This record gives sequence, C-alpha cells and structure tokens, in this order.
Amino acid sequence: MAKQKLALIGNGMAGVRCIEEILKIQPERFEVTVFGSESHPNYDRIQLSNVLQGATTIDDITINDWNWYKENNITLFSGETVTNIDTTKQIIYSDANREVQYDQLILATGSIPFILPIKGADKKGVTAFRNIEDCEKMIEYSKNNKKAAVIGGGLLGLEAARGLLNLGMQVDVIHLSEYLMDRQLDPTAGKMLQRELESQGMNFHLGKQTQEVLGEIGVKGLRFSDGEEISADLVVMAVGIKPNVQMAQNCGIPVNRGIIVDDYMETRIPNIYAVGECAEHREMVYGLVAPLYEQGKVLAKRICELDGKAYEGSVLSTKLKVSGVDVFSAGEIFEDEKAKSIKEFNEWNGTYKKVMIRNGKISGAVLFGDTKESNNLLSMINKNADVSEYLKVGTSGEPSVSLVASMSHEEIVCGCNGVTKGDIVTAIESNGLTSIEEVKGCTNASRSCGGCKPLVADILELTLGAEFSELNQKESICACTTLSRDEVVAEIREKNLTHTREVMNVLGWNTSDGCSKCKPALNYYLGMIHPVEYEDEKESRYVNERLHANIQKDGTFSVVPRMYGGVTNPDQLRKIANVADKYNVKLLKVTGGQRIDLFGVDKEDLPKVWADLDMPSGYAYGKTLRTVKTCVGENFCRFGTQDSIGLGIALEKKFERVGTPHKVKMAVSACPRNCAESGIKDLGVVGVDGAWEIYIGGNGGTHLRAAELLCKVKTSDEVIEITGAYIQHYRETANYLERTSVWVERVGFDTIKTIIGDKQKRIELNQRLDEALSVLQEPWKEIIESNAIQTGLFQKVKIPAISNK
Amino acid sequence: MGKTLQKIKVSTVNEMPKNLGKTVTIGYYEIALFHLANGEFRAIENRCPHKGGVLVEGIVSGDHVFCPMHDWKISVKNGEVQKPDNGCVKTFNVEIEDGNVYIVL
Ligand SMILES: Cc1cc2nc3c(=O)[nH]c(=O)nc-3n(C[C@H](O)[C@H](O)[C@H](O)COP(=O)(O)OP(=O)(O)OC[C@H]3O[C@@H](n4cnc5c(N)ncnc54)[C@H](O)[C@@H]3O)c2cc1C
Ligand code: SF4
Ligand code: FES
Repeated sequence: MAKQKLALIGNGMAGVRCIEEILKIQPERFEVTVFGSESHPNYDRIQLSNVLQGATTIDDITINDWNWYKENNITLFSGETVTNIDTTKQIIYSDANREVQYDQLILATGSIPFILPIKGADKKGVTAFRNIEDCEKMIEYSKNNKKAAVIGGGLLGLEAARGLLNLGMQVDVIHLSEYLMDRQLDPTAGKMLQRELESQGMNFHLGKQTQEVLGEIGVKGLRFSDGEEISADLVVMAVGIKPNVQMAQNCGIPVNRGIIVDDYMETRIPNIYAVGECAEHREMVYGLVAPLYEQGKVLAKRICELDGKAYEGSVLSTKLKVSGVDVFSAGEIFEDEKAKSIKEFNEWNGTYKKVMIRNGKISGAVLFGDTKESNNLLSMINKNADVSEYLKVGTSGEPSVSLVASMSHEEIVCGCNGVTKGDIVTAIESNGLTSIEEVKGCTNASRSCGGCKPLVADILELTLGAEFSELNQKESICACTTLSRDEVVAEIREKNLTHTREVMNVLGWNTSDGCSKCKPALNYYLGMIHPVEYEDEKESRYVNERLHANIQKDGTFSVVPRMYGGVTNPDQLRKIANVADKYNVKLLKVTGGQRIDLFGVDKEDLPKVWADLDMPSGYAYGKTLRTVKTCVGENFCRFGTQDSIGLGIALEKKFERVGTPHKVKMAVSACPRNCAESGIKDLGVVGVDGAWEIYIGGNGGTHLRAAELLCKVKTSDEVIEITGAYIQHYRETANYLERTSVWVERVGFDTIKTIIGDKQKRIELNQRLDEALSVLQEPWKEIIESNAIQTGLFQKVKIPAISNK
Repeated sequence: MGKTLQKIKVSTVNEMPKNLGKTVTIGYYEIALFHLANGEFRAIENRCPHKGGVLVEGIVSGDHVFCPMHDWKISVKNGEVQKPDNGCVKTFNVEIEDGNVYIVL
C-alpha cells in the first residue's frame, strides 16, 4: 500500500516536534514532506537568547540536523515558503514553484514579531529578535557600535538586553508599563527585577512610549511621546508577536487571532491541522514551547488515528534566562475579589514569593530571587491542588527529593519537552542511566531551557538511591579518565607516581597525552604531593604560569611586580616609570590588588623588562597567593586599631609563590570598617581592639560570597599560623581550579573549622607547607639568569620576507 | 605555474623543548612551530580561527593544541578545529635535516 502523504508547513519547534512524536508512534506510516522558510534545519529558538548572551553557539542549538531528515526519509524544502494551498485538491504551492500533494497537512507557521508602526521603524539598524539572522545581526552590530536600545521590557526584551550587554554594548530598555515583565510579574517583583538588572548595567526608561526612530539612513536614536530623545545605533523591537496566519487565511482556513483549532488541533478544513504559535485553541494563542509540545503530542495521536486525550489548554509558566536573576511566574498572578495571595517578601535577601489562591486552590505563583520551589508550585497549579497541600509542604521544610517522591508518574517534569516523571524513571531503569546528560539524551528532558535539571537530578537520586550519590560524587577530572580527583590523588600517593605521563599511563587514561584540563591538574597534584622532588612541567602549565606574565587579547603580555601589602616607594615608582617608557608600555593601571600593571609587553621583551624592573614577580598570573590587600591601619588612620600594613606584608612575604588549586587573595583591615574588603577574600583579617578576626571562603568574583568568621586570635603570629594551616588544608583537599569559596561550601565550613582548630593538625599542616615553601624561587630572577629558558620559551624566530625568484 | 618552494631554517631540534611552541615569523606569515612529545615537528598558522588567539602559547597534547584564549582544540597535523567548534587553520610543512628544523614555504 502506498504510504500516506503527510506535509508540514513550518520547520520550527512545534511542527517538527509533532513529526518526532508521529515517528515515535508509527515510523513507517507516512511519507513526510516539510517546508521551512528559514534555510536552517530545525533549531532551538529558545536558545537564541543564550547564543546572544554567549552561553552557547549557533552551531550548538540545532535540534535535528540535516542527517536526521535523511535518516527518517523526510523530504525537507528549506529556504522555501509555502504561498498557497488548494484545500479541495489538497495541493501545496511554494515560492519555488513546487507543487506537493498531501493527504494530511499540519500548519505550524509560528508567529511574526510585531514591529511598532512608528516613523523610522524601517531604518537600517532596527531589528526584531526572532531567528538566527536577527541574532547574527545583533552580534555583528555590537562589533562596531556602542549603544543599543531595546523596546520592550518583557521576557524577550530583557534577554536581548542582557545579551547586548554581554556583547559590550550600553543598553537602554524602553518599556510602556511602569514596571518590567508586567504580564508575568506584579509590581513588587517587577521592581525587584529592575533593581537587579540595573546593577548588571541596564538602563531603564519606564512608562515611555516610543514615537519615532531617529536617523538619516541608519539609526541614530529614539524619540518618546513626551519629547525626550535618546541616542542609539541599534534598536531591537521586542514588543510582542502575532500569529503568522496570513497565508492560511488567504486559503480560506478559518482564522480568528490564530488559526482556529479544536481540542485535537483540527482546523475547520478537513485533513488540515495547526499547532504552535499560529494556532488558536479555546481563544488562547500560546507563545511558549511547553504548551506547543503538549499540542504536538495530542496531534500526533490524532494523525496516527490513535485514541488520545484531548488538549484542554495549558497553564503558562515563565522563567527568565538571564544569569544572576531567578524569576518564575505561573498561572494567575493578580489578586482580585475572589483570588487571595500568600506573600513573603525579604528585602534583605532580595527574595519575594507570592502564591495565589482561588476558591481554596493554588492558582498561580510569582517567585523572585529563589526559584527552587517553582517546579513544585507549577505542579500544584497544574493539578489544581488544595491550599492545604501547599501549606503542608511549605512549612515542613523537607528537602526537594521528597517532592519528587510525591509526584505521580503522569506529572510533567520537563515542561518544554513534555516529559513525565514516569518517562524518566522508566528510561533510567531500563537503560541503566546514571547522569543528567544521559537522561537528556534518552528522554529529551531538560533539552531546551534546562529549568528542570534539578528535578531530573532528584529523580535520578530517588530512582538509583545510594548508588546515585556515589556516582554523583564521582566527577571525573576530565573526559580523558573516569577517575575522580580524590581517586587520582590517592593513586599518585599509593603508587608513588612522579610524572604526568606516568599517571596517565598507569591509571589508564583514554588519551595518550591528556588535555588542557588534566595536564595542569595533574601537574598541580604531583607538585602538591611531592613538593621537593617533583620537577614542575612547564608544558603542562597554562601560558600565564609558564611565562610568568598575563596573556592579553592581542597576544602581548602584562607584568605586575610585587608590592608587598600594597606599599611602594619613589624608587620603585621611578623604576616602573622608566621601564614603561623604555618598552613603550601601552597602559599602566593600578590593579584591584593595589599594584601596578604594565600592559602590552611583547613575549620576547619580558626577560628584559623584569631585569630592568629588578623587583620580585607579583604572581598576578598564578594559581597561588596573589596579593594581600591592606588598609591604612593604626599609624595613619584615625579608626585603626592594629597595624594592618605590617601584618599584610608579613603574610605576603611568608606565603608568596606557593602553588594552590586556584588563585588566593587575602586582605587585612585594621577595623571593622574594612577598607581592604576583608569580607570577600579567600582569607580576610579584620583588626579589632586587641585582637584579629580571621574570615575564610569569601569571594568577590563571579560567585560573590561573604567570608565566614573562622576564629578570633590575639597576635599576628597566630594569624600566620592559622593562615598556614588553612592554605595547606586547601592545597591538599581542593579540586584543581576550585576557589576557596566553593571548596568551603563543598567540604563544609564546620569541618574546616574543626581541623584548623586542632592544634596538632595545625602544626602538621604548617610543617608540610613550610616544606613546600622551602624550595621555591623567584621565577623572574630564575629566567633572567637562564639562557636556556630564555631561548626555549621566550625567543621568537624572525625571518624577513622571502624572495620568490 | 606554481611558485618554487623554499626551505627555511628556523631552529634546531635541541633548541626546542618538547610539547611547547615557538613563534616563527617569515615575512608576513606568523607561524606556531611545535615539537611534539613523539619527536615530530609541526607548524601551523599562529592565529586561532575563533578570535585570533595565539596558538603557539597553547597547551599541547598529542597531536592537538588547546588555544590559550578560550580553549578551542585544534589539530596541529591538519589544522582542523575539533568539535564542537568549527574552523581550520593553515598548516606548513616541516622538514628535519641534521638536527636542523626547516619550514617549507
Ligand atoms: C529569543 C527567543 C527566546 C525564547 N525563549 C523561550 C523560553 O525561554 N521558553 C519558551 O517556552 N519559549 C521561548 N520562546 C518562544 C518559543 O521559541 C516559541 O514559542 C516556539 O519556537 C514556537 O514554535 P512554533 O513551531 O510555533 O514556531 P517557530 O519555531 O517560529 O516555527 C515556525 C517556522 O515556520 C516557518 N514558516 C512560517 N511560514 C511559513 C511558510 N509559509 N512556509 C514555510 N515555512 C514557514 C518559519 O520560518 C519558522 O521557521 C523564545 C523565543 C525567542 C525568539
Ligand atoms: S579599615 Fe578601619 S583602620 Fe583600616 S583604613 Fe579603614 S577605617 Fe581605617
Ligand atoms: S581565540 Fe582561540 S579559542 Fe577563542
């Protein structure tokens, strides 16, 4: 029997998802033809935000590549637009003059971005944010332009704005409403969001209506209805979308706002269906993938003529994909006479929670700052749970695993891909899956927005029990091995291994020479274990540490001499100034660590620069103690209670050069005003009257973390002893490239406190550290004195242009 | 007619520590010359296809160099960027004779 002809118009997320579902049910039944206006295979539109924000690349967001179409015998006409359908003869016509006969036809034409009908909206430099081309255009613009304006402070606008910031542009966001994401958030959450995004560098114009795009040919700026103008080189319109229905309408398919469909996604014309953003179901048009995927599932069954549940509409839930901002919203969000709310607002922590209740049932929620509860709340909203159920879970404070345990097998875990808890459990059990990646590969869960990852992890844990936590802890150090850091370190000690190559050979690495992750890690572990015997491998070090200077974007280097405790003198300053002149240093900058950075030195000049400076290396490039920042202290400051400079210098002199898993920063302040920022350092010391407080595990970098008070001691000698034990314990137990802030959280602050608090352990740790310190040499000096290193590492070969006779 | 190839002496085997690169400029070419762990020499263009990182400073493992800027993995044998990234850098032939290293241009 000839196969039935199934055609799909719209090679996007909803349509192709539906085809996938059909192939799952009856892979042989149809001869499938797909038309897509875009010249790309089916890709994950959601991830365009992440592409713009630099978290992934366009190449990585393909869902089904060209091969997939081939393997499944799907005829794909990409870059081709359907212009007409003869709904009686059942023929599709495309703009490439193609005619294709169908038995069943799915319309999944998505939506088109809404462009404000204002003057100048057609100027060069105005773009929407919908497809790969838009995304590429913004990236391209950011290279030569500084100022971007995003019109629309909704989900899409904010994600675009964040991306443009990441691309190095200044960003103004213009929004009609008085607060952001006004369709998903209430004013409280909207304002909190605004504050957070302002701190990330966005600039907002709220309650503003854009009237005109200014500029001759290209965009120059915007004018608002109140007459105010701002300048801009790029304008992104993210003010909404409208269902793409023109073509369907022209062919006589009944359309309201979207193409009208029933509970089985059937249009009013026989054998024609619609799914996705172009479809209108019970007067709703959905603009998020979770509902579209649900529709796809229902339609797949319908097309395969299987009995299935009807589609009854979806609850909308939203998450903002901007790093550092956790926002969640689902269901209804505004109180009225009948709908009441439970609110928790913690201004101090910056968290807000609102749970909506209608007729005693959970009907919606808004979370800001902490979205751990989002999956749980969404599932309650979906099943219309009683408020008592929410209060039960809410107050018991049970860990999240029990939430997963209480979920039924039919409940959806991954909204984007419509994967239920049952699907995941079955996949884990029947395929022996052990990681989130495997579950993703097998079930599609967390393939799109990734919001359900924590839930998937919980299900893995629940299904595999103790086995999982074991597997989970066993994170291998890189893809070349299955061994974890602890196993590798134990084997090195036990088998007395002494070279990186030996470790790789003996421990069965699956590459013969390792990679850029394991080579430096092994080099560090070997050095930590055999501090005196091990010969450091230059080739296993990252360039900065190999050449003892920081590589810059253009391949030149920057040099930071030591200035103990941030103290300098006229002599040093003169020397630095002379060197800067002599070698045409491009930039002199005072660093955050109170030192002077000389930028733009050529690799070959480095040894000469160091010789002329005649100062010790500041190790601004190393996984080691960077600086000890100090405040002014008792000798000059009217608040100072202690000699912070003296202690800072002593710490820096004592601990400089020793290798650590990651960089280590310290600070000493002489009173709780904390001018040296001791509260966000790997080790911070704060002087109080007659004592020093020692704080650990702080970080001012990507993961801002306040240091915790380890202890209070009387003398500077005690500070040095505690610091030594702390550094050594960190050296011995942290993963390579793990900052103390992460290490303290992983190992546990209390555990560390107990070990450092133990006098005997403290002595042993300090002994081992002293041994490691004893063999270290000033690297710049070593290089200046060695011709071999200079030729091997620093010299370049230059041959003038060759003649080609 | 193609142009005649030239052999240009750029270094000696002894001067080149293993698993490290040396920057060689010949006219307007900037080349990263590598001495691999297995004793072979390889030469590729000293510019990462991603954002122009200097490949000569990368960590060398087997037949690959990891760009020091954003860690792209590039074959020093055929210049191909390894998945998931895409691209290619130019390669140059290297010959060894009497302990001398030549690049053939
Ligand atoms: C930047 C961005 C971020 C997003 N983030 C999220 C998110 O975090 N979570 C979420 O749930 N949703 C998100 N969305 C929304 C989500 O991507 C869409 O809801 C979803 O892609 C809609 O799927 P669809 O198949 O209906 O439409 P589309 O994916 O747009 O597919 C429609 C396709 O049909 C083609 N087409 C149209 N007409 C024709 C024709 N006549 N002939 C041939 N081809 C035609 C179009 O070219 C298009 O490729 C985001 C969207 C964007 C743009
Ligand atoms: S931390 Fe205290 S002592 Fe130090 S400079 Fe600031 S105010 Fe003065
Ligand atoms: S420049 Fe080489 S990886 Fe980015």
